[in-house]
Amino acid sequence: MLRFLLLRLGQSALLLLLVSALGFALLHLLPGGPLSQFALSAGMTQADMDRIAHQMGLDRSLPVQYLVWLRHMVLGDWGRSYRDQQPVLWVITSHLGATLELMLSSTLLAVLLGTWVGVLGAIKRYSVADYLATIGAMIALSIPTFWFGLVVIYIFSVNLAWLPAGNIATIGDGSLLDLLRHLIMPCVVLALVTVATWSRYMRSSMLEVIGQDYVRTAHAKGLAPRHVLIRHTLRNAMLPMITLAGLQVPTLLGGALVAETVFTWPGMGRLFLDSLGYRDYPVVMGLLIVSAVLTLVGNLLADILYVVADPRVRLG
Amino acid sequence: MSAVAGMATPLPAMSRRRWRALRRFARHRLAMFGVAAIVLLVLGCALLPQALPYDDLHIDLRHRFQAPLAGPHLLGSDPLGRDILARLLMAGRISLTVGFVAMLISTVIGVVIGVFSGFYGGAIGAALMRLVDAVLCFPSIFLLLALAALVSPTLPMLTLIIALTAWMEVARVVDGQIRALRGRDFVVAVEAIGASDLRLMFVELLPNAIAPIVVAATLNVARAILMEAYVSWLGYGIQPPTASWGNMLNNAQEYLTSAPWLALLPGAVITLAVASFNFVGDGLRDALDPRMDPHR
Repeated sequence: MLRFLLLRLGQSALLLLLVSALGFALLHLLPGGPLSQFALSAGMTQADMDRIAHQMGLDRSLPVQYLVWLRHMVLGDWGRSYRDQQPVLWVITSHLGATLELMLSSTLLAVLLGTWVGVLGAIKRYSVADYLATIGAMIALSIPTFWFGLVVIYIFSVNLAWLPAGNIATIGDGSLLDLLRHLIMPCVVLALVTVATWSRYMRSSMLEVIGQDYVRTAHAKGLAPRHVLIRHTLRNAMLPMITLAGLQVPTLLGGALVAETVFTWPGMGRLFLDSLGYRDYPVVMGLLIVSAVLTLVGNLLADILYVVADPRVRLG
Repeated sequence: MSAVAGMATPLPAMSRRRWRALRRFARHRLAMFGVAAIVLLVLGCALLPQALPYDDLHIDLRHRFQAPLAGPHLLGSDPLGRDILARLLMAGRISLTVGFVAMLISTVIGVVIGVFSGFYGGAIGAALMRLVDAVLCFPSIFLLLALAALVSPTLPMLTLIIALTAWMEVARVVDGQIRALRGRDFVVAVEAIGASDLRLMFVELLPNAIAPIVVAATLNVARAILMEAYVSWLGYGIQPPTASWGNMLNNAQEYLTSAPWLALLPGAVITLAVASFNFVGDGLRDALDPRMDPHR
């Protein structure tokens, strides 16, 4: 187990290195580059620009710049935001909580709802409900998330006035109920795509397990169908879903960006968009790295949990 | 090979299999719906604008914010009094073109990378597939927005950028297929005759991976249309006054109370288009998979 852990950790670290080089090259090779924010201000001469470029080390070769940047990143110095001179790491972590709240709550919703829909579709295969669930999932995957957000706001905020149209909380109201009321719509909007994916995979995973010999044996020895469904079928069908959950992180992050924009939610996605608008290179770069780290952690956790959950898996 | 007298000439095995796949596809109701909707959308966007009384850029200040079916503009008008139907159709030309062309580019990139990686394997294969892994670590919307915001793209650039964030799945699929077939007898035989690597890769091996490529490409059209909508909605894609389905939703949130149709109509059209391509992709996957369940 330790060997497996170390191996996977090493692979992830190497991949992260590759990812950081890719992100760095991307942002620095694009026209404008990190200087474009300064080029926007009035009265800048070429000499001024050259001086700033020299101060920032931008006149050195790209690999050297990368190594300098990498050293700072590893030591925890992620630079300062161009916007308010705050340390980038602090800016990002102060937005991380809101995004994680959104991602975790919508994942919980998606897992519960998706499992239910998927199991139902598998037991009552080819029924009207199964057919509707299939079509529903495909349409859910096709709806632009931001537009779904607008429709939900139109119905529940504008017309019915049941829920607040945006923000994470009412200022001055610290109650849990207030937080939940703000959370409902962004959470549902973000869960839309994941519920669809989850229910589809759950259905096919269930169908695979239902056909297994041990399920037939369980039925044959007279166990209650409900018992077989929960203890034998569902438990085994959930195993591949662990992997799926781990692979969902990039999708969730992308969805969170959209949901946060529609619902003015103060998370990482909004921060990313604001920083792009301001050409705030250090923050944009930091956010790209954080999103890649979250993705890798998701994959890693899924791999480890899978081994823990399924004793049949042999570690190579 | 000649047919027995008195029997109809049997079709060669290959085309018979294709015929069966086509029949399975034609029986897939959702896929047929998708095909019909795509054909209607493409024809509508190509032909209808000329037949409409309003141009998509015509500003009609006497009929601003006209609700659908409540005046001269059939599907209503926007804050400048421009005709929504005309704008939807003209936007469709842009959005559908971006979707198709981005799909073509991303498929070509994915196929080339996948073929090389699967054929040579070893260090080259590992390096290329790690590149795929690395790109997949970024949420594609983050990557897309970063590129679009920093480049301020023209229409061809935007299409290219969308393609650059969508080739990874095709590359993985093709890599897997080629890798699995690399050591088969028919490949070794052609290699022994002295065929070049390029011939082996693209003439002998690649045709065996067509089915999953077609499926992935179809789903990529849907994805590209969605991505264009996201980027344009956020203001980094197609720039006004040129209409795209995404940028028609730009200011829709402000007018949600007073003119909800501004938000509802473009979104509904995007959903229809994307769902149609997803339906077709799903139908193709079922039809092209020989292990397909006969009951559906």
